[in-house]
Amino acid sequence: MPSRYTLGGDEHLFVEVSESMSLDAFFTSILVTKELADRAIPGVTEICPANASYQVRFDPDVISVADLRAELEEIEAGIGDHDATLETRVIEFPVYYGDPWTHETLMRFRDRHQDPDSTDLEFAARANGYADVEQFIEAHSATPWFVSMVGFVAGLPFMYQMVERSKQIQVPKYLRPRTDTPRLTVGYGGCFSCIYSVRGAGGYQMFGITPVPIYDPEQQPAHLRDFMIFFKPGDIVKFRPVDRAEYDAIVEAVDRNEYQLPTAPVTFSLKEFEADPAAYPTTILEALDGTR
Amino acid sequence: MAPADPTRQGGTTIEVVKPGLVTTVQDQGRQGFYHLGIPPAGAMDQLSFRAANLLLGNEETAAVLECALMGPELRFSAPTRVAVTGAAMTPTVDGEPRSGNTVIEVGAGQTLGFGFATAGARAYVAVEGGIDVPEVLGSRSTYGLGGLGGHEGRALKAGDVLRTGSSVGAGGVADVGRELPESLRMPLGKERELRMIPGLYDYRVVPESLKRFLTETWTVGSEADRVGYRLKGGTPLEFVDREPPFGAGDDPSNITDACYPIGSIQVPSGKEPIILHRDAVSGGGYMMVGTVISADMDVIGQLPPNTKVTFTEVTLDEALQARADRAAHLERLRTAW
Repeated sequence: MPSRYTLGGDEHLFVEVSESMSLDAFFTSILVTKELADRAIPGVTEICPANASYQVRFDPDVISVADLRAELEEIEAGIGDHDATLETRVIEFPVYYGDPWTHETLMRFRDRHQDPDSTDLEFAARANGYADVEQFIEAHSATPWFVSMVGFVAGLPFMYQMVERSKQIQVPKYLRPRTDTPRLTVGYGGCFSCIYSVRGAGGYQMFGITPVPIYDPEQQPAHLRDFMIFFKPGDIVKFRPVDRAEYDAIVEAVDRNEYQLPTAPVTFSLKEFEADPAAYPTTILEALDGTR
Repeated sequence: MAPADPTRQGGTTIEVVKPGLVTTVQDQGRQGFYHLGIPPAGAMDQLSFRAANLLLGNEETAAVLECALMGPELRFSAPTRVAVTGAAMTPTVDGEPRSGNTVIEVGAGQTLGFGFATAGARAYVAVEGGIDVPEVLGSRSTYGLGGLGGHEGRALKAGDVLRTGSSVGAGGVADVGRELPESLRMPLGKERELRMIPGLYDYRVVPESLKRFLTETWTVGSEADRVGYRLKGGTPLEFVDREPPFGAGDDPSNITDACYPIGSIQVPSGKEPIILHRDAVSGGGYMMVGTVISADMDVIGQLPPNTKVTFTEVTLDEALQARADRAAHLERLRTAW
């Protein structure tokens, strides 16, 4: 199916690669937008890859939508010609699952939840056929995730799990959104995990919290020295469960500016993933060996 | 035009006595970071913002205060010229009414205040030299959800102290009494037509239902802020039946989370449309029926709650003509003095 082009008023061209989420659609979105950015076309002001679509903002006084669309169609046609790979990085994020702060918050909003007698983790485990929360946490943290979109609010990553579709976790959002979510909550809605970059409203299920800041306009932590936002679309994330003691230790290390976020460069190949979706993610994670 | 006065070099302090309802530092906004969730921010009514600066003799995009519905009280440490444009909120100096859309002077130790908005929603207060806050990612604008830019990343509070800057235009600060011609002011009505281009996910809606959406009169709700404008009072949309695509969610208004254009009209669960504005959430999982054209975004910034709104479908050519008309209006502002 060719991509669907549609106008977002006179300043945006919205391109839906696929109605449904897939790694394939995301890959097209990230590769087309990367190539468009490389071409540095006058009049193009914002290039925003999303999960299975992307959006370009432009100045119609400089470039017409017809010319922009022709450029994008040419880029997308060229992508099919070669073995699609993405030069990116893999990052390990510690997560304190079932922490007291998200627990306190979820208890305040049980009236907005489809299963008021369970925690969000218990509900998600049951909805995905896991015997208990421990097995569910193992499923959430064992395989890597693609950052398929950054947004909603500043620096918030949407993440898509690198597994066969049959193993993909799916959890409905809250019936009505909460008015509060702790900063750095690891959440889940539909087929996406996320990390809330700032405190605020949210509708995703809450699984835990990471001690590592991902957005800071003051750029205090070492890993935010280059830019105030940590994540970029295309990043690969691995979650590592930690307990309260390690969570506290990492918070202190971050405060002292001594925390090193395990990060390694990596090349992702869609063909190799599709050839062996069970084993290929493990080879991606090998890049992290020696970074801890 | 007043000759350059060596005693006027910026650095005047402005003490916030009362903050008003929502008063923020804004300018032209920032671009290039929407893909990371950072929206443009900036004055919602760009025409009134630029008019305030040009009237006063500032650089066109010097930072101003955007004051929603109920203005602040501001005490100045030194004589300062000021211009107020946009919403009809009569400026006062130590309680004495002054003219809007006119260059006025606030003396040392005097307090600038405002009457309630009698028309429009946002007044723009330009002070000579502009508001001096640090530029963040190319703009002095406040982005509240992200705690970024402006004064400490947030709306003003009582006790805050601002400083004036040195963003005066080449011609110098204007004389007291200079007026913005009526024809260059933003019209402020109780009913507004917003022109839009259908598209995005409009195919999710049954055609007759979309047609009705475009003929009904909507009312601006109380949740009308810099992120978006919620509208009430219309008939819920009727969606085309479907099997939910993987990743989209079960509600018929859900889509696989995607980017939201500035000005796009989303309709969560088909009920109350929300028009995203300059502090937009950059993406999410609700379908959008179309996008308000760029030339009508200023208008939205001047809609107070309870204003009646209708949508009018236009073609891309019509949108581009409206855009050219707006550019011509801006050019008349630049050459007015």
